[in-house]
Amino acid sequence: MAEVLVYVDHVDGAVRKPTLELLTLARRIGEPVAVALGNGAADTAATLAEHGAVKVLTHDASEYAEYLVVPKVDALQAAHEAVSPAAVLVPSSAEGKEIAARLALRIGSGIITDAVDLEAGDEGPVATQSVFAASFTTKSRVVKGTPVITVKPNSAAVEAAPAAGAVEALSVTFSDKATGTKVTARTPRESTGRPELTEAAIVVSGGRGVNGAENFSIIEALADSLGAAVGASRAAVDAGWYPHTNQVGQTGKSVSPQLYIANGISGAIQHRAGMQTSKTIVAVNKDAEAPIFELVDYGVVGDLFDVVPQLTEEIKARKG
Amino acid sequence: MSLRIVVTVKYVPDATGDRHFADDLTVDRDDVDGLLSELDEYAVEQALQIAEDADDAEVTVLTVGPEDAKDALRKALSMGADKAIHVEDDDLHGTDAIGTSLVLAKAIEKAGYDLVISGMASTDGTMGVVPALVAERLGVPQVTLLSEVSVEDGTVKGRRDGDAASEQLEAQLPAIVSVTDQSGEARYPSFKGIMAAKKKPVESWDLSDLDIEAEEVGLDGAFTKVEAANERPARTAGTIVKDEGEGGKQLAEFLAGQKFI
Ligand SMILES: Cc1cc2nc3c(=O)[nH]c(=O)nc-3n(C[C@H](O)[C@H](O)[C@H](O)COP(=O)(O)OP(=O)(O)OC[C@H]3O[C@@H](n4cnc5c(N)ncnc54)[C@H](O)[C@@H]3O)c2cc1C
Ligand SMILES: Nc1ncnc2c1ncn2[C@@H]1O[C@H](COP(=O)(O)O)[C@@H](O)[C@H]1O
Repeated sequence: MAEVLVYVDHVDGAVRKPTLELLTLARRIGEPVAVALGNGAADTAATLAEHGAVKVLTHDASEYAEYLVVPKVDALQAAHEAVSPAAVLVPSSAEGKEIAARLALRIGSGIITDAVDLEAGDEGPVATQSVFAASFTTKSRVVKGTPVITVKPNSAAVEAAPAAGAVEALSVTFSDKATGTKVTARTPRESTGRPELTEAAIVVSGGRGVNGAENFSIIEALADSLGAAVGASRAAVDAGWYPHTNQVGQTGKSVSPQLYIANGISGAIQHRAGMQTSKTIVAVNKDAEAPIFELVDYGVVGDLFDVVPQLTEEIKARKG
Repeated sequence: MSLRIVVTVKYVPDATGDRHFADDLTVDRDDVDGLLSELDEYAVEQALQIAEDADDAEVTVLTVGPEDAKDALRKALSMGADKAIHVEDDDLHGTDAIGTSLVLAKAIEKAGYDLVISGMASTDGTMGVVPALVAERLGVPQVTLLSEVSVEDGTVKGRRDGDAASEQLEAQLPAIVSVTDQSGEARYPSFKGIMAAKKKPVESWDLSDLDIEAEEVGLDGAFTKVEAANERPARTAGTIVKDEGEGGKQLAEFLAGQKFI
């Protein structure tokens, strides 16, 4: 059976959920061979094996943390040469897309970004994408070289599928371009204790209607009652009420949770671009004409300062 | 010595319009008005600021696109760029990201550059990969997705706010930078700027000027193929209630019914 390379996104050996989703998709096309780089690379093996990786190629070097993108491209290229896979799958983060693109160029292949689904086809994997602010769904294929495809979080279920997961050291020689862009300092983002926005099953967002940084506590309280991540519209972020890392939309994060709750958000096209593929959409807005209501499964026309606290209390009461 | 800055800008269909696919499954550019991608305005803005801080600098805006893409160049010129290059060729129709990066790289080399500045993503394709591809082709450092950027003594520095961490980056020129919409509001063209733009030079190049064969680009040269494009079925109309004191509870009832509580 053909092998499929899966690029592993991990933090010091802790594998992030989108990579496990990639393993589910990879198994539709062939046998997943994972590539884990940097600090803690070998520690990823057990989790990857549990989810279907037949092999885990690992390599650690300080270059991965000290220089931007290119060392990882060099390594993935080495893995591509070693394995000759049927496809290369990479999580669709900002960095993942850049790594994938440069790899594709080097190996003479095409690249598809932000797939939301993947199936085996007669002429190679077929990727589903959601485009034009999710108003269209397309099916595409790479027609030259080894398909390189980046896949968005929440595109597939994480499935247990025990496999050998044998760890093998990958041999990597860095190119002379690898050290071109130096990372001179790194400030890790502080954990809020809430789920990762792009990975969360439920996202509760606030917009301009929240009317002040201090009022975001209302949004956070609702989120916490549901175990949800907190999102924000660009208007709320630009006003300085919530960090940019929480922005949902075209220039923020694109989310596709089971449930999205928009509070005080009008539903501009750029916001919709980042949340329209959510399974169930709920909105609270005092303007009955707000475009967000065109998307909702359930909407409440009302003041969020009344509706949201009441909802939070009711959820807590029901959960006991 | 003069600092030569090339800004890559894309002409895109207005995102607030009703965008569609043409019969050949390329982006339909006839139905919806086009404009300079808003995300590339940030790139023009940073280029102008860097040029203002340098002793001697020249800002060239570059686009690859159809005849109408000149509008995008005009807008960038009226914001304050010095000159423009328009790569236009019938054979470019349907070019994908890999092909676009080839054309841009060749044009940037022909124009001459110390610094290339791009937007974070185009508002139609939204791939966010072209700057990395151009860096790979030119063999220069990529310093991408910056929310803050500065150039001093032949070094470009910037801040990249990633998922897991915020990073300070540094590279020697020549380099390619891309900037996000967090890098600072783009200026509006002034009346004077709009008038001055009419007199600024716009060069037109075609594929032969760049030694690119027709087969390397366009739909036939593409490395990817869109096989189907379907309009997403309209969401079935949901239930909308007016809050009359029980809105939160009604919403909780709905969520419980959907097994979220
Ligand atoms: C290139 C580009 C990229 C962009 N990227 C993004 C992006 O990534 N994400 C994004 O979100 N936007 C983005 N935008 C901005 C987008 O166009 C909108 O301006 C933005 O989404 C509006 O945010 P909002 O809905 O919070 O604010 P508004 O549009 O002002 O809406 C606020 C809503 O709150 C309601 N409201 C007010 N008070 C209350 C109350 N007490 N109770 C209930 N409801 C209330 C109002 O009725 C209104 O509908 C982008 C724009 C451009 C040009
Ligand atoms: N046809 C084009 N002409 C000029 N610049 C482009 C073109 N396509 C993409 N770019 C540049 O590359 C950036 C990222 O585009 P993309 O990878 O398509 O999302 C844009 O913000 C532009 O700066």
